[in-house]
Amino acid sequence: METKGQRVRHALITAWTLAVIVFLYLPTVCITIASFTASRYFQFPIAKFGLDWWDKTFNSIEIRQLLSTSISIALCVTVIAVTLAFFGALAFARYDWKGRSIYQKLILLPIFFPQSVLGLALLLWFSMLGLQLSWMTAVFAHLVWIVPVVTLVIAIQVYSFDPALEEAAFDLGATRWQVLKEVTLPVLFPGLFSGALFAFLLSWGNFPLSLYTTGADTTVPEYLYAKMVAGYTPGVPVLGTVSTIGAAFLLIGGYGLILASRRAHQSASE
Amino acid sequence: MRRLSQLGQGEKAAIPLLLFLLVGFAAPLLAVIWFSFMPARTFSLFAMPSLANYATIFESTSYISFLWSLALATITVILLAIICYPVAYGLVRVFGKWAMLLTLLFTIPLFVSENIRLYGWVLFLIKNGVLLGSLKSMFGVELESILFTRTAILLGMVYVYLPFMLFPLTLGISMVPSETRDAAFDLGASRWQVFKEIELPLSMPGIVIGFLLTFVLAVGAIAEAKVMGGQRIIPITHDIEIAFTYAQNWPLGAALAVLLMLVVGTLVLLALRRFDLDRFLGRK
Repeated sequence: METKGQRVRHALITAWTLAVIVFLYLPTVCITIASFTASRYFQFPIAKFGLDWWDKTFNSIEIRQLLSTSISIALCVTVIAVTLAFFGALAFARYDWKGRSIYQKLILLPIFFPQSVLGLALLLWFSMLGLQLSWMTAVFAHLVWIVPVVTLVIAIQVYSFDPALEEAAFDLGATRWQVLKEVTLPVLFPGLFSGALFAFLLSWGNFPLSLYTTGADTTVPEYLYAKMVAGYTPGVPVLGTVSTIGAAFLLIGGYGLILASRRAHQSASE
Repeated sequence: MRRLSQLGQGEKAAIPLLLFLLVGFAAPLLAVIWFSFMPARTFSLFAMPSLANYATIFESTSYISFLWSLALATITVILLAIICYPVAYGLVRVFGKWAMLLTLLFTIPLFVSENIRLYGWVLFLIKNGVLLGSLKSMFGVELESILFTRTAILLGMVYVYLPFMLFPLTLGISMVPSETRDAAFDLGASRWQVFKEIELPLSMPGIVIGFLLTFVLAVGAIAEAKVMGGQRIIPITHDIEIAFTYAQNWPLGAALAVLLMLVVGTLVLLALRRFDLDRFLGRK
């Protein structure tokens, strides 16, 4: 039962949403176009297309070093963040305990904090402790911001978890470890998986925390920033495009996997 | 004191994360606060504490940067609320099965470094770039570029923080039960009355979180002004960065950071004080 006014309103909302999506992807499209130019300077419309800059970028040892630093940081962050956040999310959403409401708010504080200031605070803290800055200190810095985010992501899954499942397993004589392995982890898996995806991608794209905490090591976003400020080279759009497409693939592939496993689960239980 | 084995499961599960945040979040902030009382241009921690750095700040022009940061963040929040509300409403009520795909589309840019995306805007807006270059070759018109102006900084901020407003708003609007709306319509309420009396109050938690998150992130913004503003405006974060890097005056930078933390912290604590996270995230 749709009135005419409602139809018009819905059409307007749809048009507006599509406009916002175009707005969101416009810069990404510009970067991609710019990466296929054959000339040294960016000028639009592009006179001559070519893959020269893709070639140059991928054959550069410096770029490979950058990619490996960024991926190492993101992988370490993912493993540690998911482990810490798994227990953190149980305390957040599964158990009823006295300090829970304050705990939930404490966890949010690092998220509601300007990241550039957090990066500088950590720089000061590391130097007070006499730590040598490297990609490892950057892992720590990323974790301060990413673990709370991942905790929230996993907590949303934990809310829909029925504690009776664990109790039933205990009643049937399962040990603590068996319950964790056979009941809790499989049920929470989609949440853990999204959490891992978030951890990896947020670390991969992070700039403000890396800037102050990587020391002599350089990540991809830091390198891109340095090049942007110093002047244009077509290597920037190429690396930017790679970074964007990589993130999109991981995200779409990840959610595809979750949907597929959910479907397989449903058809198995029917 | 109770022994560890006597603690409840909730406390035990919370301990690792709390310890981590103690070392990784609380301690660095305390270090910054302590450092802000040290004499200017020192790196030592054991001098006599004083308020000299704060006095320097109040005599300097740093308040201009502060005001710019607060003003830009406020305008960003207002613009984002207007832009995102219809989209969030659509995601919850209009798009049905398409909502999931659209949500994914809104999520992807979050994971690309903001520098790269801002640089895309530079390529779009710059002289002989995608916009002006096309206009020139197709219509022969030459216009001034808006790049490196205040408008460009605002555009960059609205662009970067859009998802942080959109997702909380969507969560908030999905907390409004359809039955309540329908009942109000059946009782003869107008579209505007339903919005004012039902949708707005019931989706308030999402609105508060969205406003808070975008405001805090926008106050801490630094890349937008550098990449798109050509340093037309110096935000407070830039002042802090300069004190820490070029000027090598860590105590002054620390004092500026403390003032920013006070503004942000007060806002966050006020907004979160009575917030029921279980209801918001768990939808119980």
